[in-house]
Amino acid sequence: MAFTFAAFCYMLTLVLCAGLIFFVIWQIIAFDELRTDFKNPIDQSNPTRARERILNIERICNLLRKLVVPEYSIHGLFCLMFMCAGEWVTLGLNIPLLFYHLWRFFHRPADGSEVMYDPVSVMNADILNYCQKESWCKLGFYLLSFFYYLYSMVYALVSF
Amino acid sequence: MSTAGFNSQNGTGTAQTYTNGPSQNPVALQQPPGLGYGMNHQPAYHPMQAKGPVPPGPGIHTFGQYQPTPPVSSYQPGPQLSSYPSAPGQPMLSRPQMGGHPPNTPPQSASPVPRFPPAQATPPPPSTSYYSNPPQPVAPAWQYNAAPPAMGPASPLSTPPRGPVPNHVNPAASLAAPLPPASAPFSSAPPPHLSHSAAQPSGPGAPPTSIHGYPQPGSAPPPMNPLAPHTYQPNRPAYGPPPTGPPPAMKATPPPTGPPVTSGTPPPPKADAGPTQPGPPGRHLGHYPSLPPGYQNTSAPPGASGFHPSVQAAQQPYTQGPQPYQQPPGGPGPAQLSPSLAAMSLQSNTPEALRVVNLLQDRNLLPPTPVPAPTPCLTQDLQKLNCSPEVFRCTLTSIPQTQSLLNKAKLPLGLQLHPFKDLSQLPVVTSSTIVRCRSCRTYINPFVSFLDQRRWKCNLCYRVNDVPEEFMYNPVSRSYGEPHKRPEVQNATIEFIAPSEYMLRPPQPAVYLFVLDVSHNAVETGYLNVFCQSMLENINALPGDSRTKVGFITFDSTIHFYNLQEGLSQPQMLIVSDIEDIFLPTPDSLLVNLNESKELVQDLLKSLPNLFEKTMETQSALGAALQAAFKLLSPTGGRMSVFQTQLPNLGAGALQSREDPNQRASAKDVQHLSPATDFYKKLALDCSGQQVAVDLFLLSAQYCDLASLGCISRYSAGSVYYYPSYHHQHNPAQVERFQRDLKRYLTRKIGFEAVMRIRCTKGLSIHTFHGNFFVRSTDLLSLPNVNPDAGFAVQMSIEENLDDMQVVSFQAALLYTSSKGERRIRVHTMCLPVVNSLSDVFAGADVQAITGLLACMAVDRSVTASLSDARDAMTNAAIDSLSSYRQSVLTIQQPGLLAPACLRLFPLYILALLKQKAFRTGTSTRLDDRVFAMYQLKYQPLAFAMLMIHPSLYRVDDLSDEGALNVNDRTIPQPRVLQLSVEKLSREGAFLMDAGLVMYLWIGRNCQPNFLSQVLGVPNYSAVPEKMDILPELDTAESQRTRAFIGWLRDQRPFFPSLHIIRDESQLKPIFMQNMIEDRTESALSYYEFLLHLQQQISK
Repeated sequence: MAFTFAAFCYMLTLVLCAGLIFFVIWQIIAFDELRTDFKNPIDQSNPTRARERILNIERICNLLRKLVVPEYSIHGLFCLMFMCAGEWVTLGLNIPLLFYHLWRFFHRPADGSEVMYDPVSVMNADILNYCQKESWCKLGFYLLSFFYYLYSMVYALVSF
Repeated sequence: MSTAGFNSQNGTGTAQTYTNGPSQNPVALQQPPGLGYGMNHQPAYHPMQAKGPVPPGPGIHTFGQYQPTPPVSSYQPGPQLSSYPSAPGQPMLSRPQMGGHPPNTPPQSASPVPRFPPAQATPPPPSTSYYSNPPQPVAPAWQYNAAPPAMGPASPLSTPPRGPVPNHVNPAASLAAPLPPASAPFSSAPPPHLSHSAAQPSGPGAPPTSIHGYPQPGSAPPPMNPLAPHTYQPNRPAYGPPPTGPPPAMKATPPPTGPPVTSGTPPPPKADAGPTQPGPPGRHLGHYPSLPPGYQNTSAPPGASGFHPSVQAAQQPYTQGPQPYQQPPGGPGPAQLSPSLAAMSLQSNTPEALRVVNLLQDRNLLPPTPVPAPTPCLTQDLQKLNCSPEVFRCTLTSIPQTQSLLNKAKLPLGLQLHPFKDLSQLPVVTSSTIVRCRSCRTYINPFVSFLDQRRWKCNLCYRVNDVPEEFMYNPVSRSYGEPHKRPEVQNATIEFIAPSEYMLRPPQPAVYLFVLDVSHNAVETGYLNVFCQSMLENINALPGDSRTKVGFITFDSTIHFYNLQEGLSQPQMLIVSDIEDIFLPTPDSLLVNLNESKELVQDLLKSLPNLFEKTMETQSALGAALQAAFKLLSPTGGRMSVFQTQLPNLGAGALQSREDPNQRASAKDVQHLSPATDFYKKLALDCSGQQVAVDLFLLSAQYCDLASLGCISRYSAGSVYYYPSYHHQHNPAQVERFQRDLKRYLTRKIGFEAVMRIRCTKGLSIHTFHGNFFVRSTDLLSLPNVNPDAGFAVQMSIEENLDDMQVVSFQAALLYTSSKGERRIRVHTMCLPVVNSLSDVFAGADVQAITGLLACMAVDRSVTASLSDARDAMTNAAIDSLSSYRQSVLTIQQPGLLAPACLRLFPLYILALLKQKAFRTGTSTRLDDRVFAMYQLKYQPLAFAMLMIHPSLYRVDDLSDEGALNVNDRTIPQPRVLQLSVEKLSREGAFLMDAGLVMYLWIGRNCQPNFLSQVLGVPNYSAVPEKMDILPELDTAESQRTRAFIGWLRDQRPFFPSLHIIRDESQLKPIFMQNMIEDRTESALSYYEFLLHLQQQISK
C-alpha cells in the first residue's frame, strides 16, 4: 500500500474523467436536440418558430463551443500528469486523442471567435453526423479509460 | 368511376382527356411584369385566362401580374375554399380544355429559352413529330406537362408525341431496364465499348446482346421486350410508313444524350437516324475493338430488320409476356421502362452516352449549340411528367443502387435546383386539404402509385395512405373517382394555395427597406441618382398589395432615418449619431405604407441625391446601420437592400483591409477568403430569425472585404450584386448594368418568410447544401426571402441500398408568402431511375450538373481548407472518375485518354474551373472579384453558372438567318458555339464572348469593313473607339441581327451582362484572352497539356 504520485494522478484523472464523460454526454444530448426539430412539419416551417429555432441553435452551439477548451485542456492535463508520473503506457493510450484534439483545434473555421460548431454549418447533415459520431466515440473512450484508471489506481495503491 | 387502366395510375398511361386539362388550363402565367425573360409568351393563353371566370376566392392568380384578388382572404379560407365544387365559381381548373392545341410543337420552337439548334428547324420528317415533346429538356414552357397524352388515341396525328403508349401502358412499362429489342438490357449493359459500337449503322459487331441482362433484382417484372410490337402496331398508321420502325420505340426520350445532340431536339431521333445520318460530330467509329464472338451474332438483326417490331418479336422469347401481365398493385409502376425505350437504349442510347471518346485525339468535342441536359432513362410516360431540368437537375440521371457503386464511379451525387424560377406555365391549385403522406409529409405527386381508388402509396417512404374524399373529385374533367387524374398527380411542378393551417400568424406584408451609403465616397460614384431614378420609375411595380411598406435609411458616420408618416408636408430626416447603441427615433413612422405615403416617398427620392452632394464625411458605419435596419424590420420581416461603396470602418462590424495587392498574382495560397469577423454572420442569423433578408449591392473601386460583408446576405438568403469600379462617368457600362439589375431587382417576384424542404426517397440522404440560406434543420432551409433568381445545390449520399427500387424521387417544396399576402407552396418532384451497373451510372452522368456541384464543393473547400486544396480536389475529381471509368467500365484497354461521350466535356469544364476567377492562381485577381465569383458559383442557377465557368464564343460578323429562331417576331440568328481557343479567332472576323455577367465583342484587326460600318457604325478598324460599350442602333440588317442576338442572350438571364467592344490594343484584351480556356497561359496549362496531365495521372 503506497500512495505514490502515480496513484495520485490516477485518482485525479478518475474524477476529471467522470467530468469529461458528463461533458460528452451533454454533447450527445445537444446534437440530438439539434437534430430533432419540431415534430409537426407545419409548425416547423412556421415563420414564427424560425426565431425560436435559430436562437436555439445558436445557444446550443455557443454552449458546445464553451465546452471545447475545457475538455481539451483537461485531456491535455491528463497527458501531462501521466508523463510526469512516468506512466508511459497510459500516456501512450492517450496520445492519439491528444493529437486529434490538437488537429481539431487548429483546423477550426478561420473566422475570429468561432471554435468549431458554427451555427450556420452545423446543421448540414454530414457535419452533424460527424460530430455525433465523434461524441459517441469519445464517450466510449472515456468510459473505458475511466475503468482503466480505476484499475490502475487500485493497482498503484496496492502494488507497493 | 372510370377505373379502366387504373393500374397504370400515374396517369400518364390512362390519362385521357385529362392531361390536356391541367397542364394548360390551370396555368397561371407567371411573368414578372415587364420582364419576360426567358419565358416565351404564349399569347394563346391570355385570352383564356381572362375568360376563365376568375373568382375572387381561391382562384388562379397570375403571379406576376396579379389580378386583383382580395389579398387577405387566403389565410382565412372561407367556406368557399372547400374543395372543388363543380360550380363555375371555382375557376381553379376550369379553364376550358384546349383540345387540339398541341402546345408542344409550335410554341416550342419559338420559345426563346432553349436554344434550339438549327436542327430542329429541319427535323427528320417522321420522327420529328414523334419525339417532339418528350425530350424538351430545355423547353421552358414545360411542355411536357402540356403534352396531351390523351390525345393520342383521339387524334393521333396532332399529337404525335406519344400516341401508342398510353393505351397499353400499364404492365408494359415495367422495366427499369429497358429491353432493347436485341435484348441488351440497358441497365445491365454489357461492356460499354460494345454498346457504343451499336451506334454504328451497320457496325459489324454492334449491339451487344446482353446476355447477361437482366439482373434486375427486385420486383421488376420480367423483361418484356415483346411489348414493343404489340403496343405500337396499332397506332403505326398514324405515323406514317412503318419503315421507320424504330422510331416509335424510341420516343422514350432516351437517356442522357450525348452532348453532340443539339439541345432542342431530342437526342433519340439522332440515334435512329443513325444509319442514314452519320451522327453527331466527332463520332469516331474507328477505334472500336472487335467484339468478342459471343456478341457478334446478334449484331446482324439490328442493322437490317432489327428494329422492326415484328422481327423483334420473333426473336424474343418472351414476346408475349407483357400483354397479359398486370402490374402488381404495389409495384414500382412508374419505374418501368417502356419497351420502346428499351429498343432505343440498345440502338442509340447506350452508344451515345457511353461511346468511348479518346480525348487526346478528338479535338472538336464542344457541341455547336449549348449542351442540353441529359434525359433520364425513364419510360416516356414518366419522363413526360418529370420535372423540367431547368428547375431540378441531378448530377447522375441514373442513381446508383448502392453507395459503394457510387464511390466506384467517383462522381458526386447531388441536385441542382432553381425552385422559384419564373415559369410561363404553372398549374395553381386551391384546395382546403393538401394531400400529403401521413408519415413523411410528402406532397402527392405524379410518381406515387395508386393501389386502388382509395389508397395511394407514397413514393418516398412507401407508406400507404388514404385518398381523401374530396380528392376523388376531379375538377378538370368534373368527374368523380379518378384521383390519378387530378392536376396534383399530373404535374411535377405545381403550386398550392395553402389553407389556414399553414400559417400561425397572418402572412406578412411586403416590406422593403433601403439602406443607402451616403458617405463622400458614395456620392462620388453617383449611384444615388441612378438608384433614386430607378425607384421613382418602378415604385408602382414593386410587388405587393395595399399593405406594402417601404422605408429608407442612409448612413455615413451617423445614421439618418426618414420620417415619411402620412400627413407630413415633406420627409423629415432624423439623425442618430450614437452608433454604439443604436435606437430608432420614431419607430412607427419610419416604415410607412407605400400607398398612403407615396408622395412623400417620391419627394424623398427626388431630393435624396442633392441632400448629400457636398458631404465630406468619409467614414462608414455600416454595422450600426444594419443593426438599425434590423430593428426596424424585425417586427414584420421583409427585405433589406443595402448599398455600400466602401469598407465599413466605424463602429460595430468595422473591417480592415486585408488584401495585399502585391500578393494578388502570387502562386501561393490565397488568404482571407473567410470572413474576418462573425459580426455579419451573427446579424444575418438574427435577420433570418426575424424573416429579414439582406441584399447587398457593393459598388466600389477599392477592396471592400466581400468575404466578410457577404455573410450578411449569404445566411439571410439574400443576394449579392457587385459592381467593381462603379462610377457614373468613368464607367458607363457598369452604370447601365446597375440600372438594369435594379429594375429587375425591384420588380421581380418575391416570396417572404419562406422555407424549402427537400425530401428524397428513403435510402438517400441529403447532407450538404449550397446557396444562400440558413440550414434550420437537416432537410429544411430557412429563406427569409426567396427570389426567382436564386439557385441551390445539395449533395447526397446513399445510406441504404436501393435494392428493390426501380426509381427514386426527389421533392422540393417551397412554402412562402407571396407579395399579395397569400401563403403558397410550390412543389417540384423529380423521378430518376436506379441502376446497378457502373456503366449505366456513367451513361447517366450530367456533366454540367457535376461541374456545377464540384464548383460549389470547391468553394467550400477553398474556404475551409485552402485554394490549392480545392484546385487539387477538382483535378482529382476528373482523374478519379476517368480512371474509374477506364478500369471498371472499359473492358478493353486502349491507349489514350478515354472518356464516355457524356463526360467528354468533363476535363474541359474542370480546366475552365481551374481558370475561373474564383479558383485561378498566378493571374492577378482582386480578392473581392474572386470572392464574388465564388458567391456566384454557389448562388447562380446552373445554366448561368455554366456560362460563368465556360463562356460561349460566337462568330458574329457573318450572322445569317439560317437556322434562326423566331421570337416575338424578331429573328434571332443562331451562330455556332466555338471553342475557347485563339485558334478559332481570325483577324477577319468579329467574335462575341458571352461570359455570363459580361460580354466581349472582339474585333479583329482586318475585320470586314462591312461589319464595321454596318454594325459598329465606324468607317474602319482604327476608328473603333478605345472604349465602346454600346452597339449603335443602326438601321441595317447586320446591325439588327447582331443586336437581336445580343439582346436575346441578355433576355435569357435575370441579370444584365454589360457589353465591351474591344480591339487588339484595348485594355480589356488580356481579360478576353484569359477566358480562352483551351489556351496556355503563363501560369496555367492548355487544354491539351491538361489532358496529358490527366492521362499521366490515370495511367500511374
